[in-house]
Amino acid sequence: MNSRYAITAEALTKQFGDFTAVDAISFEVNKGEIFGFLGANGAGKTTAMRMLCGLSMPSSGKATVAGFDVYKENEQIKRNIGYMSQKFSLYDDLTVRENMRFYGGIYGKSNAFIKEKTAFILDHLHLQEEADTLVRSLPLGWKQKLAFSVAVFHEPEIVFLDEPTGGVDPVTRREFWNMIYVAAAAGTTIFVTTHYMDEAEYCNRVSIMVDGRIEAMDSPAMLKQQYGAASMDEVFLQLARKAKRIDS
Amino acid sequence: MPAVSINHIIKTYGTKKQKVTALDDISFNVEKGELFGIIGPDGAGKTSLFRILTTLLLADSGTATVDGFDVVKDFASIRNRVGYMPGRFSLYQDLTVEENLEFFATIFKTSIEKNYELIKDIYVQIEPFKNRRAGKLSGGMKQKLALSCALIHSPTVLFLDEPTTGVDAVSRKEFWEMLRGLKAKGITILVSTPYMDEAGLCDRVALLQKGKILSINTPSGVVGEFKQPLMAVKSANMLPLLRELQQLDIVTDAYPFGEYHHAVMKNEEAAEELKKRINDTTNKDLVIKRTEANIEDCFISLMKNV
Repeated sequence: MNSRYAITAEALTKQFGDFTAVDAISFEVNKGEIFGFLGANGAGKTTAMRMLCGLSMPSSGKATVAGFDVYKENEQIKRNIGYMSQKFSLYDDLTVRENMRFYGGIYGKSNAFIKEKTAFILDHLHLQEEADTLVRSLPLGWKQKLAFSVAVFHEPEIVFLDEPTGGVDPVTRREFWNMIYVAAAAGTTIFVTTHYMDEAEYCNRVSIMVDGRIEAMDSPAMLKQQYGAASMDEVFLQLARKAKRIDS
Repeated sequence: MPAVSINHIIKTYGTKKQKVTALDDISFNVEKGELFGIIGPDGAGKTSLFRILTTLLLADSGTATVDGFDVVKDFASIRNRVGYMPGRFSLYQDLTVEENLEFFATIFKTSIEKNYELIKDIYVQIEPFKNRRAGKLSGGMKQKLALSCALIHSPTVLFLDEPTTGVDAVSRKEFWEMLRGLKAKGITILVSTPYMDEAGLCDRVALLQKGKILSINTPSGVVGEFKQPLMAVKSANMLPLLRELQQLDIVTDAYPFGEYHHAVMKNEEAAEELKKRINDTTNKDLVIKRTEANIEDCFISLMKNV
């Protein structure tokens, strides 16, 4: 992959019967960028994300992720991305160490790599004491931070974060974003969805989906200027209120 | 008589060896007709409290009344007069919209017609889909149906457990407008949420964290308790700027806050001095201004001082 882009999409479309969930979206995400992927419920974010993760075949259009084609090379895509969501991240009935061993194994990493990386993460998160604790009994804040570390365990080029901070307390939410910043500074591309509009401000660029289309895409500063808004919350409301689809 | 009265409620889970305290000696009252918010992250104890008040869970110790009835002795009376919308969608997925509503009306020995006025504003929005199975509804429509079902027996107190979690900003605003409408009809509403920005929409709020109440007040009262000067700071170089702020001895705490970082200053002199202490050559486009704390600033400060 010689491009400066981690993700490219050109008229990417997904239809379910006569319903167009994602309607010809086109965008690029730069390598090392923190890209916020916003939209109201039902706007098509999850469907778009599933296509980019190689989990759902597009109806038409083109897209590459980490240089791989979403139609033909979806297995390579899965190997080169990380994924974390609020709903699914770690196995509750495995210990901290076992979760890392499991994910490292799934991604085909060597024992030496897994051992070294596990030690690094435990040290980094100050979790040495909890290495053999079941994930179930960790506080939620720790779980989310561990989940992010596990999502980037195999050192993927891109990590997809689907509402990673939902329900998390405001202090942990900020610690979590600190981890995102550090990963991005080290060159990992971050593709993130959130319902917290203050978090949109932490992104280099954001796109806002309305009814399957990308209605706006720019840096938070430029979007606020363009829409004459004081905050990203206002920008979002102006755009999302245009939605015609029934999901309210 | 308050609509809800909670006295020294303690609830723990787990074994002696691994005990988790979900609610740690909680006491407060909610007045009749109040829109009362319980604000806290996951694991704060919000659901445990709601389940105790709706008689679905027994506390280890302490007492509580709803509408004057004891949650243990008078559980049957309470069940007849409260509405409860759990955090997880709990209607019958294989019944239609109308069937679900009829089912709940029948259970409470009433009818849709009898209480239609109360749910009208909400139900008309999903009535066009009344023959659709509940499992096939979108998130926003499910939420409206669940609220209609919780209201169909005309409850005096309504318990809504995280009705807006995972819901986008537009639908959240609409939902809160519906709640204001219900409040105007005289219903007491207890609503829990992890979104700090929703606190401002309540009459009073309790900030809950790890089973303890951090603060209980009107939204403006909570903010008024924040005594230290607060500065909003931004530059073209946000991450190094944050580290710089965090290392200053005149700053108690600094954290990202949307477009700006917020710096909690030691005192007034510190606030005056901040401009001089930040390097404006490495920080291009530096902006430093005084700002007002909001609920989230208060929550962060209270969490760190526990």
